[in-house]
Amino acid sequence: MTQWFNRRSLGAGIKACALQVSMFVITILGLLLVTFVIGRVVPVDPVLVIVGDRATAEVYARVHAELGLDKPVYQQFLIYLYKVMQGDFGTSVLSSQSVARDIAAFFPATIELAVTGTLIGVLLGVPLGVMSAVRKDSLLDQVVRVVALVGYSIPIFWLGLVGLLVFYVKLDWVAGVGRIDAVYEYIIERETGFVLLDAMLHGQWDIFRNFLSHLALPGALLGYMSMAYIIRMTRSFMLEQLVQEYVVTARVKGLSEWRIVMHAFRNVLAQLITVIALSFAYLLEGAVLTETVFAWPGLGLYITNSLFAADMNAVLAGTTVIGVCFVLLNALADALGRFFDPRTRSVRT
Amino acid sequence: MSMKRWKQVLGAAVIAAAVGGAGPVQAATPADTLVMARKIDDIKSLDPAEVFEWGSGEIINNLYVRLMTYDPHDFSKLVGGAVESWQVSDDGLTYELKIRKGIKFQSGRELTARDAEYSLRRVIHLAKTPVFIFQQLGWTKDNVADMVRAVDDGTLVIKVAKSYSPSLVVSCLSAGVASVIDSEEVRKHEENGDYGYNWLKTRSAGAGAYRLVTWKPKDAVVLESNPDFYLGAPPLKRFIVRHIPEPSAQRLLLQAGDVDIARDLGPDQIKASRSNPDLRVDVFKKVNTYYVGLNTKHEILANPKVWEAFRWLIDYQGMADSFLDGYFAVHQSFLTGDMGLAENPYRLDVEKAKKLLAEAGYPDGFSIDFLVANPAPFPDIAQSMQATFAQAGVKLNLVLRDQAQVLAAYRARGHELAFARWSPDYLDPHSTAEFFVRNPDNSDASTNKSAAWRNAWDIPELSAMTEQAMLERDPEVRKQIYKDEQKVVQENSPIIMMFQLVESTVSRKNTSGFTPGPGFDTAVFWNTRKTK
Repeated sequence: MTQWFNRRSLGAGIKACALQVSMFVITILGLLLVTFVIGRVVPVDPVLVIVGDRATAEVYARVHAELGLDKPVYQQFLIYLYKVMQGDFGTSVLSSQSVARDIAAFFPATIELAVTGTLIGVLLGVPLGVMSAVRKDSLLDQVVRVVALVGYSIPIFWLGLVGLLVFYVKLDWVAGVGRIDAVYEYIIERETGFVLLDAMLHGQWDIFRNFLSHLALPGALLGYMSMAYIIRMTRSFMLEQLVQEYVVTARVKGLSEWRIVMHAFRNVLAQLITVIALSFAYLLEGAVLTETVFAWPGLGLYITNSLFAADMNAVLAGTTVIGVCFVLLNALADALGRFFDPRTRSVRT
Repeated sequence: MSMKRWKQVLGAAVIAAAVGGAGPVQAATPADTLVMARKIDDIKSLDPAEVFEWGSGEIINNLYVRLMTYDPHDFSKLVGGAVESWQVSDDGLTYELKIRKGIKFQSGRELTARDAEYSLRRVIHLAKTPVFIFQQLGWTKDNVADMVRAVDDGTLVIKVAKSYSPSLVVSCLSAGVASVIDSEEVRKHEENGDYGYNWLKTRSAGAGAYRLVTWKPKDAVVLESNPDFYLGAPPLKRFIVRHIPEPSAQRLLLQAGDVDIARDLGPDQIKASRSNPDLRVDVFKKVNTYYVGLNTKHEILANPKVWEAFRWLIDYQGMADSFLDGYFAVHQSFLTGDMGLAENPYRLDVEKAKKLLAEAGYPDGFSIDFLVANPAPFPDIAQSMQATFAQAGVKLNLVLRDQAQVLAAYRARGHELAFARWSPDYLDPHSTAEFFVRNPDNSDASTNKSAAWRNAWDIPELSAMTEQAMLERDPEVRKQIYKDEQKVVQENSPIIMMFQLVESTVSRKNTSGFTPGPGFDTAVFWNTRKTK
């Protein structure tokens, strides 16, 4: 019987896995199709973006044909899809370089910011959210709620500029905009694309410290935004749990407050993981304004600039990368959720 | 990377983070390095045969020596660059150019007429956007081998199809496409007949004041000085142009000393910089102009009385003195400097405009769409016009769009009123006159997309005058033709010239010598210096 159970379990696992993979493929295909169509219907002439206003009719016609714009849209999409499957995302009209190479250069900068922001958000947001729920309506709760509300409602663009004025110009605690000081652009050895790692690998400790100083402010700002969101969600999940009957029972049985909180916390963990994963995914492409203010050459800024310039190869590739990240993070959150919350696992007898 | 190395890296990271912390690391720009903050996300390529954008135009001006160039101390003087002297044949069809001796490429090779020949022919064969600058001289892929020829290492002979004004021909030789590239170096990297394009678009092979160290798109351009530069080694060893898209961030960096020059500050920031004792604001008038185009395909906008009424409904000076201060200057003719008209006859006069509108048959005004790009300060200008036009009963419906969308609509005659800008391709007046007063075919199918065509302004006589000026060899007669044309555009056309761009460059006080020049690609870096 055990063997039968394992086989059945294995079969179900393969089935579930196949379902996940096919969902993944369909999602990415849908994403590519929608972005491609949007790129073709926006009232921007991609040929003009490349050749400029002053090109002759011959130059215009040649580039129009080179881009394949003389073919029907469905053919253009199929050609694009065929190339993407071979790993060729085309050339960016803005940088004249392969889009894959551009993304390899811009994505690490985004990861650096998103990881820092999420770390700060989780390390501060989760405990504060829990404490705020446990001490509901106390002074601590009021303060935490105001902090979260401010973080949620103030435009990050404005906060970034004020942060620069105070901490960079007035107090001189942190470095200014960009990933490193301009002078280091000249000497940094690039290998992984992550400044921190590259600096360490080559023993360039000046650059390492300089990078941390540059990262501090935008990282803290995104961390604050992320924290505000995580606090609100954690507090709300915990409040929901703390009024459940099992909590009342535990209190009646005389369990310590700490053990009750931990018990309730285990039950919000699955939801919280989804919130954190989505918050991280948001920071991957949603940090455009932070990247603009801090001249941080990240993917969000890359996609936005490309979109305004009708650089559709870049937009499609960037959107695909973000889409893949979203889908993978969702899958990861689901898996972790199942691990932490036995109720979501299917029960077999 | 091995596991051991990863562990070392991780350990070092923890220690460095703990010991170093994230405190400020002041690396104020070194004395031999200049850092300039600028929006440079328009750079697509650094190949002189292709470059036609603001960001890249001025970079290649410092990487390469052009055949002709402008005196950076007086940009009205066109002087020889790689060319030492030139002679024009009596029939005006052949130019003999003597190449300056002693100019060295970054590879160490001496620049010769063979390099110039290769560079000019290459532009025609690659046929990128700015190729029209040479095509108008009559050069084609089929004849360029005959039209552009190095007789020996020191002499380049070029032929032109018609007896053009010599000023026009030598001006074309001052454009970015006339940059001389190291033919031996580029030939080494040719692939499938691409004239080394794929290699050169991200590199440099010139004899300019600087060589390219690296270009990271939308991030930074790093240049290193060329000690063999024919006008003398630049005082600064490194020149870094950093992409800082947000003007407020540019100002903060400048204030803190992390950049030496900021190029894209807005009017408010320029005003604030004037009172900062550490900063200096230098003002340069550019050749760029801003205007409103009235599409005469629209019945109301075809009426010359309406054209004139609109001219009296704009508060030019009010805008220039307030939110455009240090950014735009009032300018009501299409050429600038010595070639432009000195007088700006129009000002806000609502009563006069009302009278004209009544004479045109619109005493109660009308409603019309106004297409405007959304980057500052264009929406502010549009709003000011909306307010003053309303005083005469004309309702302007603002249609704010992205720059690329505005351009696409304007080029397709898809506008009613459009706010547009113009930047000459090279500094001869023909470049601008051709755009504003030449419309040889007013049909929708025309391939000529000049401002006159876009606004459906049918001007056979003016178009002929523009052709005549192109061929006129007497400078004074030529100048008079352009003045006459400008008078017509100023007083009786569907094109309302409004402003001239003023570049206010804000620098740290210890920086001097940077010159943006009047054109989009005329900035000179090599004279820039810093004191301690």
